[in-house]
Amino acid sequence: MPEAVLHEHHHPPALAHHFENLEEQHTAATLGMWVFLVTEVLFFGGLFMAYTLYRHWYPAAFMASSHELDITLGATNTAVLIVSSLTMALAVHAAQEGERGKIMFFLVVTMILGLAFLGIKSVEYMDKFEHHHVPGASFHFDDPALQQPAQIFFSLYFVMTGLHALHMIVGLGLMTWMFIWTKNGTITKDYSSPIEISGLYWHFVDIVWIFLFPLLYLLGRHI
Amino acid sequence: MSSSTELKLPPNNYLHDGYGWKSWLLTRDHKRIALLYLAAITFFFIIGGAFAVGIRLDLATPAGDMVTDDTYNKLFTMHGVMMVFFFLIPAVPATLGNFLLPLMIGAKDLAFPKINLASWYIYMIGSLFTLYAIIAGGLDTGWTFYTPFSTAASTSAVLPAGLGIFINGFSSILTGLNFIVTIHRMRAPGMTWFRLPLFIWAHYATSIIMILGTPVVAVTLVMVVAERAFHFGIFDPAVGGDPVLFQHLFWFYSHPAVYIMVLPSMGIISELIAAFCRKQIFGYTFVAFSSLGIAVLGFLVWGHHMFVAGESVYAALVFSLISFFVAIPSAVKVFNWTATMYKGSVEWATPMLYAIGFIGLFTIGGLTGLFLASIGIDVHVTDTYFVVAHFHYVMVGGTIMAYLGGLHYWWPKISGRMYPERLAKIAAVIVFVGFNLTFFPQFILGYLGMPRRYHAYPPEFQLLNVLSSAGASILAIGYLLPMFYFAWSLRYGPIAGSNPWGAVGLEWNTTSPPPTLNFEETPVVTWDAYEYPTPVEGHVA
Repeated sequence: MPEAVLHEHHHPPALAHHFENLEEQHTAATLGMWVFLVTEVLFFGGLFMAYTLYRHWYPAAFMASSHELDITLGATNTAVLIVSSLTMALAVHAAQEGERGKIMFFLVVTMILGLAFLGIKSVEYMDKFEHHHVPGASFHFDDPALQQPAQIFFSLYFVMTGLHALHMIVGLGLMTWMFIWTKNGTITKDYSSPIEISGLYWHFVDIVWIFLFPLLYLLGRHI
Repeated sequence: MSSSTELKLPPNNYLHDGYGWKSWLLTRDHKRIALLYLAAITFFFIIGGAFAVGIRLDLATPAGDMVTDDTYNKLFTMHGVMMVFFFLIPAVPATLGNFLLPLMIGAKDLAFPKINLASWYIYMIGSLFTLYAIIAGGLDTGWTFYTPFSTAASTSAVLPAGLGIFINGFSSILTGLNFIVTIHRMRAPGMTWFRLPLFIWAHYATSIIMILGTPVVAVTLVMVVAERAFHFGIFDPAVGGDPVLFQHLFWFYSHPAVYIMVLPSMGIISELIAAFCRKQIFGYTFVAFSSLGIAVLGFLVWGHHMFVAGESVYAALVFSLISFFVAIPSAVKVFNWTATMYKGSVEWATPMLYAIGFIGLFTIGGLTGLFLASIGIDVHVTDTYFVVAHFHYVMVGGTIMAYLGGLHYWWPKISGRMYPERLAKIAAVIVFVGFNLTFFPQFILGYLGMPRRYHAYPPEFQLLNVLSSAGASILAIGYLLPMFYFAWSLRYGPIAGSNPWGAVGLEWNTTSPPPTLNFEETPVVTWDAYEYPTPVEGHVA
């Protein structure tokens, strides 16, 4: 008897075998991504802790080092990321409406903006290499009194922005995956949660930068 | 049991759903993934145990004449790394937790079966890095990786070991994430939060620690690796960095990690006590919330590892006080288990022996924790064998006792067959005696001032060290016996039937071993956890 009931049950193709219905599957996926983002907050939290301590210890070195960063490029990148969050949100909206063409368009725009961010970031990294601002044996800071704490600033700068960039690259991989899933018809109006949770991830990576930019580029800077 | 030997295993069980290595290595069934973990952690337990054998052999004589001091440093480091990161942390959640969590809440699987399988592969990749570190000259930093020794001074394989533990952390995070979402979203109809078995509450609390703590140690290891590999300056005092910051970040995870090890074990004990006393757990709600209480307080006490590391006296006072608070939820559990046993119909089966052993040993481990939370005493016994004995009472006397108890209790569910009861009881007694003989003398050694992590010691400490080494060999026999008879029972053990213990709980309401999707039809729960005595449906006598 239960067997018969089971077979009569409407079973959408996107529904995994272990969920009762699409609603349960959707809320599970969304909760899963939120929990993952909590771990990400703690992951970056360790770095922010280190930043807070050393900024408190070495305010002069952190201010002087902050001046060595290119505020124009940093601000441009901030704008690029914020716009990419908008296009991502539009992709999510299109997914909820089931408009495949729009999803793919906005995913591509998001990816282009993400790549632009990484391009600008690598220009900045190149600049640091040329000016010997990469921590290690060849690190050099103009003010010899601040040489050591400035190296701590740049160590944190590279670890923080490097891990952020790594998250961007993972995000681009996700976008590519979502693009393929949209193109081959896996994503439907009933099954838009993959795009939605990819969007959550992308916004999170954006928000990390929203904290990194003022901490590294702006705080204590006198223009 | 005599009549049950004529029974047969149910034909549609998960063990018979596909054969060959592919059906295991590509499985998404939480029960098979639990067994993959079981095999892996048993392997690492043996490796970690082998290092312990080296330690105890060397310490049998005061001269430290078996291995050099460098080798000894590597022995205790690799013992700690293997046991903590690759055995104790995944021991209960990834095996019994993985197997039982969906069964106990009436779900078909965990919320994310592919992520569950991925977590096992991540664990294995992390373990390969760490095994490579062992082969490539070993690791001598202690399992704590303290800077600047780990980043600037040590000549051993810090990078692969650090990367291995970093990678392994993600398997822990993904397991915790999977558990939280599953408990929130996939409970069977009628399975309300306060009908959940306490095992589930314990795993919920554990998962919270896994997702909040593990990323912090992960990023800390990133910084250690960056400093060691690329000469970044973060913790190195030579460039103005702060090595104590490393200790803060490390213990922010690694203290709560102790609760990742012991909370799931406490969940097991609640199940065992209820089943073998035939009673509802006394103060169910208190025991449930005490798990959450331990998880929350566990995040606020890391500074007690650093009383002598130069933290401010005010910080030390606060950390000391909050460390005392941890005793409250811990004692709630111990008292409520004892109250459950009072006037219960206690059955002295093997799992119950382990449960009783756990309560005794965890109580000693917990009470000596209060000694160490008192700043004055801690300064006296810091870095002595007193500390070593304390955390072995909690991690080995607590976690491993419960793990073994749980493994015996659910073995009929996992394998469909019974283990040999008499031999198992003997093994349980051997473990208990061997454990106490190994570690109780270490309390005395530490109190008398023998420091940890030294390979030679003054001759007056020899008697106690010989007792400890002798105890370790007894303990080793106690651990090896179950490995053999569990393997034996897979083929020759009597058929268990769905509910050999006459226990309540959804996992006993399906066949042993269960079908791949756990239940023939989704159960509807209309009863509280541990509703004894009730006629058990589907009970095969």
